[in-house]
Amino acid sequence: MFKKIFLEPLFKGNPITVLVLGICSALAVTVKLEPALVMALSVIIVTGFSSLILSFLRNTIPNRIRIIVQLVVVATLVIIVDQILRAYAYNVSKQLSVFVGLIITNCIIMGRIEAFALGNKPWPSFVDGLTNGAGYGLILVAVAFIRELLGSGTLLGVQIIPQSWYMTNGGFYENNGLIILPPMALIILGIVIWIQRSISKGLIEKQ
Amino acid sequence: MENIISIFVKSIFIDNMIFAFFLGMCSYLAVSKTVKTAVGLGVAVIFVLVVTLPLNYLLNKYLLTSGALAWISPSLAEMDLSFLSFIVFIAVIASITQLVEMVVEKFAPALYNSLGIFLPLIAVNCAILGGSLFMQERCYANIGEVTAFAVGSGIGWLLAIAGIAAIREKLRYSNVPAPLRGLGISFIITGLMGIAFMSFMGIKL
Repeated sequence: MFKKIFLEPLFKGNPITVLVLGICSALAVTVKLEPALVMALSVIIVTGFSSLILSFLRNTIPNRIRIIVQLVVVATLVIIVDQILRAYAYNVSKQLSVFVGLIITNCIIMGRIEAFALGNKPWPSFVDGLTNGAGYGLILVAVAFIRELLGSGTLLGVQIIPQSWYMTNGGFYENNGLIILPPMALIILGIVIWIQRSISKGLIEKQ
Repeated sequence: MENIISIFVKSIFIDNMIFAFFLGMCSYLAVSKTVKTAVGLGVAVIFVLVVTLPLNYLLNKYLLTSGALAWISPSLAEMDLSFLSFIVFIAVIASITQLVEMVVEKFAPALYNSLGIFLPLIAVNCAILGGSLFMQERCYANIGEVTAFAVGSGIGWLLAIAGIAAIREKLRYSNVPAPLRGLGISFIITGLMGIAFMSFMGIKL
């Protein structure tokens, strides 16, 4: 049981590439690795704790108003995360701009609450929330890794491509400016999905 | 007036919600299989944006920003409630969505059935909350500009979803590599559409 909850969201049931949830915020923060890591961590915390809290409340929430209750819980958690980021990581918080707030409307959170937390005990729900957040973070970090390395030649702000390779220093290399543009995030994600589905054929969609 | 027109055009083409900020991608990918439902959802998004954005603007101006409460009494001028903005915005959006859902269910049952679960999910459509947060971040001067931004970004979103739906309808007849089928190719096409939309970036307004 726990093994399934742990491993499935990371690959076979990955929220982004298989369930198509939470793509909104996935791409805009992937130009650099650092904001992507912070974003991934924030999402993991929010998905985990919102699943935990709503799983505790699941028998007391009236069905008609459950969406509002869910939103209030998620929004409160996001406000806490946002305030913490502003206090301790102001620069990253500036870079993430509205996307921290948009964690509220990240479909992964609502999706996992609706699909799992409302029907299961708190502890499995908590783990489910955490691992789904981690599955999201995995894709986020993978895309950001490719984009920062090819687009800026750095990782976490540290120069990876040797300076002497660059054209300006008489080398042969030039950063790929196209990778930094927003649409390329989509194309890289498309390629990630292509690779994943080539490996596990079961995920291929029927025609 | 010029200002309003420039915000309107800018929010449709240059700052397009989908192509520049990827907001509302979940429903964009899930409801774009036929043009008709896509347009229905697009219109619903425009409607919700146009209602919620001015409302949230007023709330932001008279309730949330620092010093906004001065109109009640001078002693409250020091208050800064802006940390509450997420929860206020999302509450407004969720209740308006509930309203739209009831109206659509009553007057357009066919549309209601085809939109299925995605109508309640407009509440968690990032484009809507994103609109409110951008409104707060960009500090628009008056309610006219905010409305122009709301209409513009809604139309931009509609354009994007109608475009991808039309392409996906045709795509059914083409021979896409099996692992790319469905989701993968939709991402890549959206990326290409985004690159096409980037050609508007040079326009100075």
